[in-house]
Amino acid sequence: MSSAFMEIASKIKHKQIADLIKREKRLDGRTLTEYRDIEILVGPITKAEGSAQVSLGKTKVLVGVKIDIGEPFPDTPEDGVLTVNSEFLPLASPSFETGPPDENSIELARVVDRGLRESKVLDTKKLCILPGKKVFVIFVDIYILDHDGNLFDASALASLVAVITAKIPNYEIEDGEVKILEGLQDLPVQDYPIATTFAKIDNSLIVDPTLEEESAMEGRLTITTKQNGNICAMQKGLEGTFTVEEIQKAVITAQEKGEELRAKALGVRNG
Amino acid sequence: MMYLEKYPERLIDEEGNRLDGRKFDELRPIKIEVGTLEKADGSAYIEQGKNKILAAVFGPREAHPRHLAMPDKALLRCRYHMAPFSTNTRKSPAPSRREHELSKVTREALAPVLFLERFPRTSIDVFIEILQSDGGTRCAGIVAASLALADAGIPIRDLVTAVSAGKIDDQIVLDLDDIEDKAGQADLPVAMLPQSGSITLLQMDGEFSKDEFETALNLAIEGCKKISIMQKEALREKYAAPREEAHEDEKSQEKEA
Repeated sequence: MSSAFMEIASKIKHKQIADLIKREKRLDGRTLTEYRDIEILVGPITKAEGSAQVSLGKTKVLVGVKIDIGEPFPDTPEDGVLTVNSEFLPLASPSFETGPPDENSIELARVVDRGLRESKVLDTKKLCILPGKKVFVIFVDIYILDHDGNLFDASALASLVAVITAKIPNYEIEDGEVKILEGLQDLPVQDYPIATTFAKIDNSLIVDPTLEEESAMEGRLTITTKQNGNICAMQKGLEGTFTVEEIQKAVITAQEKGEELRAKALGVRNG
Repeated sequence: MMYLEKYPERLIDEEGNRLDGRKFDELRPIKIEVGTLEKADGSAYIEQGKNKILAAVFGPREAHPRHLAMPDKALLRCRYHMAPFSTNTRKSPAPSRREHELSKVTREALAPVLFLERFPRTSIDVFIEILQSDGGTRCAGIVAASLALADAGIPIRDLVTAVSAGKIDDQIVLDLDDIEDKAGQADLPVAMLPQSGSITLLQMDGEFSKDEFETALNLAIEGCKKISIMQKEALREKYAAPREEAHEDEKSQEKEA
């Protein structure tokens, strides 16, 4: 297809999406605040200390958690370390290219990181082995497998499930050295942050946009809530703007959706 | 050099004074200068507390590399960058992931005021250099950058203004400095268009209840309005004062003649 044709096609689609949303409808029949079907697969990667694959409709994200023993940061000598990285794999979308992470992938990883960190998902003090010397280092790697929109929520949910189901070995300290013992233990999980992302299309907000809907969105707003309903991270993206009323409304929806998705995440953890 | 960073136990005393003596709704002292740099098409300098930030704008100019040029609009590029000597511990001059993210959100905060479709095939480049950093630099950088855009004579819908609000010692306060940001409980940087009230940058970390969030957002918006006045004053100082002077000169010449 020529690019001119694609452009016309996308303009027609944009109008169709916007017209539907004005009537509180969407192309796939969902309401404005309804997520697509969510599937969570726990532990597909057995070599990883924790892993999860989340599908939001046709969007597919795999997250692997690897855990090492390493040095703490000098300014937090008694805290374990959590790092989040994301890869927009070229197999996931014709618009993804190989190469170092671009600003979109850095932003995604940092927004997921902020949600996990600011909610204090893990008690990092309990990840300290020898203060100032040895701590557990948790690497969360986000792999986008299939991009059909709303990578933020899919990645945040997969990261959460991978982290709360990850295991570390039992260990003891012998003469200042770490001795690994048999058996595994859970990570010190304290909270369950859930990200809810809104797309703004012609002055309406919808949750969980598909890629098609994203092509028509002017602005994006991600709100991450904790188990107690409080907000722990926010990120506005793209060149569109938001009114104060829109943001306030989005916070309430994010709290509701947070509860809904959290129940799913906890369900797979306990099940 | 590494310094021992110790945070005080309390960030607000019994009388409601913050460490630097401010009340909850007070901004740090702000100094703004427009047209600081000679060679840039537009520039501005801001000091906000210990923050010292330069912003420069080039363009609209031919986009380089050429393949980035867009047939229907200008390419807006922003770089938020911290000097290696701007922080307590030396910061590597290579752009960090944080700087990549802040460059992106800064661009997205400024883009809504520009008429990019008026300048096809060109680029508008915004450079923000944090010379000294003491908390709230992304917002101060946006304040300076929007003045630099105006100074470059680029048409804009409004002057973007920005400031953060946050939570320290369980209280919602305006314009966190570095210690308040690090030892505090939440940070909410906001950029807005003062005329329409539209929010163009919104980020948050820490923990807010819904009510605390709304209070903080309103406090940030009030702070933005105050900074907006200072921005206009700074522009007037550069452009209105010389014009009045010229006007006076003309009048006196007329009298003589």
